[in-house]
Parts: sequence; structure tokens; C-alpha cells
Amino acid sequence: MTARQMAAAVAGIERAGAYYLFTLTEPGLGADFRPGQFAAVAVGGEQTSMLLRRCFSIHRADSDVMQLVIAGHGKGTRWLVRQAVGAVLDVVTPLGRPFPLPAIDPALPAHARAAPTPATGSAVGGSAAAALGAPPPATGSAAGRSAAAPDPVRSACVLVGGGYGSAPLFALSDRLQARGHPVHFVLGAATKDRLFGVDQAKAFAASVTVMTDDGSAGRQGLVSDALPGLLTANAAETVYACGPMGMLYAVTEIATAAGVRAYCAVEESMACGIGVCMTCVLPVVWPDGRTRMTRSCTDGPVFDGSLVRWSDVGTVPADCVGAMGLGA
Amino acid sequence: MTEIRSGHGADHRRRGDANGRRPTGHPEHTYDSGSSGAVVDMTTSLAGVELPNPVMTASGCAAAGRELDQVFPVDELGAVVTKSIMLAPRAGRATPRMAETPSGMLNSIGLQGQGIDQLCASDLRWLRDRGARAVVSIAGGSVEEYAKIAGRLGDEISRSGTEGAKDGAIALVEVNISCPNVEDRGQVFACDPVAAGAVVEAVRAELPGRVPVFAKLSPDVTDVVSIGRACVAAGADGLSAINTLLGMVIDVDSMRPALAGLTGGLSGPAIRPVAVRCIWQLHAALPDVPIIGVGGIKTGLDALELVLAGASAVQVGTTIFHDPGAPIRVLAELTDALAARGFARFTDCVGHAHHIVRSPHEGHPHPDLSDEGGPHASRFGPNGPSTQRGEPT
Repeated sequence: MTARQMAAAVAGIERAGAYYLFTLTEPGLGADFRPGQFAAVAVGGEQTSMLLRRCFSIHRADSDVMQLVIAGHGKGTRWLVRQAVGAVLDVVTPLGRPFPLPAIDPALPAHARAAPTPATGSAVGGSAAAALGAPPPATGSAAGRSAAAPDPVRSACVLVGGGYGSAPLFALSDRLQARGHPVHFVLGAATKDRLFGVDQAKAFAASVTVMTDDGSAGRQGLVSDALPGLLTANAAETVYACGPMGMLYAVTEIATAAGVRAYCAVEESMACGIGVCMTCVLPVVWPDGRTRMTRSCTDGPVFDGSLVRWSDVGTVPADCVGAMGLGA
Repeated sequence: MTEIRSGHGADHRRRGDANGRRPTGHPEHTYDSGSSGAVVDMTTSLAGVELPNPVMTASGCAAAGRELDQVFPVDELGAVVTKSIMLAPRAGRATPRMAETPSGMLNSIGLQGQGIDQLCASDLRWLRDRGARAVVSIAGGSVEEYAKIAGRLGDEISRSGTEGAKDGAIALVEVNISCPNVEDRGQVFACDPVAAGAVVEAVRAELPGRVPVFAKLSPDVTDVVSIGRACVAAGADGLSAINTLLGMVIDVDSMRPALAGLTGGLSGPAIRPVAVRCIWQLHAALPDVPIIGVGGIKTGLDALELVLAGASAVQVGTTIFHDPGAPIRVLAELTDALAARGFARFTDCVGHAHHIVRSPHEGHPHPDLSDEGGPHASRFGPNGPSTQRGEPT
């Protein structure tokens, strides 16, 4: 993986319900992108008083174009969505670990990575490479398939998106379908205008289930209400999810109960996006069985959901390595 | 893992280096200034340790340099300052740990870290193998903990044979005294001259004499000079100024404090005037004590301001979060700024502003721009400094 700091031009900003579809262009911008990775964008211009980059999961990208989905609720994102076409932004991308694809994807052997690659990271980063990949108990069906003899009948995948958290699932869906996996979407939001990508999904997915809190679109309820039935009906073997922490927690519980692996992209707030500031941490179980406060930028944002201590996010669990002696 | 390469930054990071040469590698550590073509000797000396240039990372803003090495070669910096390390592994605070503020941010990380043994076994060895000079920042909850960490570090220095100014050496130790003393109701060491001195004395005693000890001072005190004096009297070879200021943000939507830890350390360009003031006061009171200036540096001209106030080296911190290539860009910009002002040597500029201002009552006389005799005057033409201020080109 190679991330670069680039000057990218705004090519388009379109309304998409409550959100904005934000398109950037620059030669090579999306060349190394893999679904689940993110971009860190500087906001406010050269004399900005907003020091922290804004991080967005990448909706779609090809070699010269990258699309992000931006809510425009904060002052930094409001500045972004008010930019004119042609404005040049400072973008660092692609960052973070992508969604591992089932079976023959090169990302999957990352599970088996025993040691950090030489040029990369700290002990934390390196070990978490293994943490991300520790095979969960009882499943591992996808991992078990040989790259040399791929199963001609691909297992179904269920993609769960909450609000604009669905953004990174579309590039993922493209890759899964290209490899022959039937893809089923579950898209949920509080209201109809806060859904993202329903029409896109309907154009190519095997099925699309829409859930809203108020029933203004699809069925009334939560994505987690729809998930168990979908897993069973389609004999799904992998769930991919992105959205609020509470949703990811529920998705992981349902998937684990069904013996299905859940890969979750977390939306922790980040300051640097490159692994140096230690603000975006959450409690994750490592291969040695111990919990460490783990960076979501470089060790995530995609985690095996069964390894994240969802109910402890926002806290430092008492059994976390180094949890004693808080003070400084 | 992710490699981050400098793309468009390459031109501004090494601004004006038309031949594509990096501002390093010269045997005498002189650096070509792209804008003027002049050559500036950027060497600096900190309590007997000579560094090829005065620009470092700031503690807690660069981990141990590995991530930034994917953006620029960290051995090109004067030194990499590692995140403050404690004796044992430490999980840090709950999240949220960060809040953006105007031209700055609050952090409440809580010194998450792997502990001194793991630092020695992994990151310090990586820095040594990489040929980068390390400044090791240490933190503790008691005088005894500081002493134990320093002892482990002393063992590592003796064992590895790295000390002094050699590439890959532990150049010096920076003592982060902005920690609560668990044995004194959480009173912060840096806010009490006796406690600060006790920490410095204990650390100094555990380290080889040739490894300088710098105490990093907090600006959250009534008289920073009195704390600085106490540290020097206790054996500090130099001072780092400043640490973060304690601040707080309340989220007006949730109507609760934004940080899980309630308060946090304020850093970034917002605090630069406080850093300049503290460095100025310390250098005026202790002119023979080397100072590492830190606080709010975003550009080479910001760094110059701290140098003019009396800093013999500078650290770039929070700005890294905005621009991961900032430290090496600041080095290039500082080199240019010195050349533009006619300095042949970085060290000639240290504390230079004190030479011009004689007393507060005399105002702030400006150098005569037509005078070609003084180093400050030689390149100040009508198109000189005014076109430089704040240019992130």
C-alpha cells in the first residue's frame, strides 16, 4: 500500500439526500485504493485555523478520480462542500487497512501475517496486522479456501450500511461481484433522506433491504432487525458493515451468533490519520488474547468485529494492557 | 502497511532546491538556501551534543518516527523526539481524546505507551538502525519512577554504545515533568520548583554524564524562570519550552465536556506567542543554558521566531497532524529565512532579538535596513522579508 499527499481538484459536488457526493480528480489519486480505505483532507485553505484533517471513507475510486460522501454538518465539512469546482485540496490517501475479500484476495493472507513487514510500523501496527487477521473461532470457511483451487460457487456476502456509512460498501460490492459473490445490501438510516446509495444498490445487488427508524422508506426498524433473516436465507458467509458503533456492535453479535465473520469499518474521530497521534483508539483483542487500545487509522478502520470490545468503546477496560495508573 | 509518500509536497518541502538536492548530506551540515543561493551552516550544539540541524519533532506528535519516515527520511532531522515513555505499558485515557480548537487542539491521550523496556527493544533500535538521532522523552508519576526509567535508559545507552552526536545515537533525554505526582495529591511536578528539581536530580544521577538532560517546562506556572532555574540547579543541562497549556472544551450540543478526560493539553499555532514569551524570559535570565523551543511552529518563520527569542533548537509538533511533512519543510524554510537575513550560521541567530531590544522602555528599535554591516540587515530589501511572512509555498 502506498499513500501519497496530493493536490487534487474538486470535480463535482452533488447533493445526495442529506449528504454530498464529492468528486476529486488528480492523476493517480485512486490508483492504489482498495475498498474500506480512507482519505484525509485538509480543510480551510492555506491560512486555515482548522488544523486537523477530515477523514472520509472512499466511496469509489479509479486511477484518476475519487468520490467521497460528506455530511457537511461540521465547520470543516461545511467548508468542503462549499468549494467550487476546480478548487484544489490537499489530500492524503489511501490510508488504513481495507476490507479483506473472501478466499483468494491478497488481503486475506494478512490474517496469517506473523510479523510486521520491515518498512512499516511500530510494534502496535505490526502486531495488529495479526490482530486483524486472527481467525475467529468456528468460522474461517473463507480463509480456508485455497487460492490455487477457488470454489467456483461463491458464498453470499451481506453489506450493511448505516447512514452515509454505506459509502465504502459500493466499491467493495464491485469487487465482490467481479469475483462472483452474490451481494445483498441492508441500508438503514433514521429517515429516508439520510439513506445513501439505495438506487445504486438496487441497480446491481442481488437484494436491497431498506430500514428506517421512522418508516419513511423501506421497513420501519433497524438494520439489525433485517440481518438475521438475510444471513439465513442466503447462506451468507461474510458480513461487511460500516456505520455507527452501536450498529456495528449489533451486526457483529448477530453475525457471530450465526457463525458468520463480520468485518466492520469504524468511524472513530481521528486527528492525524497516519498513526502518530493516538486519538482514534478503541479496545481490540490481540492474538495473544489481551486487549490493547488500538489505533483505528493504521490498525483499522476495518476490524474483524469479533475482536472489537464494542461494549467497551469509549472506555479503557480494566483488563486492557496498561490500564492501571491513569493520571497524566 | 501504509507507506506515505510526499507528492506535491516535494517542491515546497525542499523549496527552491532547484537541483533536486536534499538539504542534507553536506559534510559540514551546511544547507543550500534555495531562494537566495546562500549557504547556511545549520549545525547546532545542545550542551555539548552537536546536531546537524536544529529541527526536531515534538514529543507525542511523531510516535517514534516510523510513520513519518514514510513521508520523509527522519534521519534528515536534527533529532526525532519519541513520545513520552513511562516505566510500564500504559493504556492511556478513554476516548474522546481530542478536540479541535481555533488554530490548535486539545489532547488528553494519557501517555498511552509500551513502557521503557519495549521502547528500548524496538523503537530505539529502529531509530539507531535508521541512523536517526533520538531524543528520548520520559515521564513518571513519582521521582522514583523517573529514576527507574532513566536507569533503564542509561543501561541501554551503555549497552548499545550510542551516545553523543553520532548518527543513530540517543542524543539527549528530555524529561516531561508535566505529570501529576501521585505521591503529592497529583500536584504537577512542573508547577513546583522543588518537585521539578527532585525529578531532574534523580534522572541526572542515573544517566551517563555525557548524555544531556533537558527539562521540559510547563507554561502553566506563575514564573517559568523560577522553575527553569530550579531544574538547572538540580543538574539539567538545558530546558525545553513549552509543554501544552491546560485547556477545556465543552460541546454545546451535548452540553458536556468534549474530552473524556475533561481537560486536555492545548497545542498548535494558538500557543506560539506563549512559547515565544517563555523562551524569551528563560534566555534572558539564563543566557548560558541551551533551550529547545517548542510550541505552535507551523512554518520556518515561526521557528525563526522561537530562535530569535533564544532557542538553540526547535521542535515541530501538532502541525504534523495537518501536514505530515512539516518538520522537513520547516527545516528548509528556516534555512531560507536565515539566508535571507544574512546569517551564515544558525547559531548566530539564537537569541538575536535580545541584542536589538535593549529595554522595554526603549521600545523596539528596528535594524537600519540600509546598514550592510549587521547580519540582520544584509538581505532585507524591499522584496525581502515582506514577501516571506507566512508563505506556505
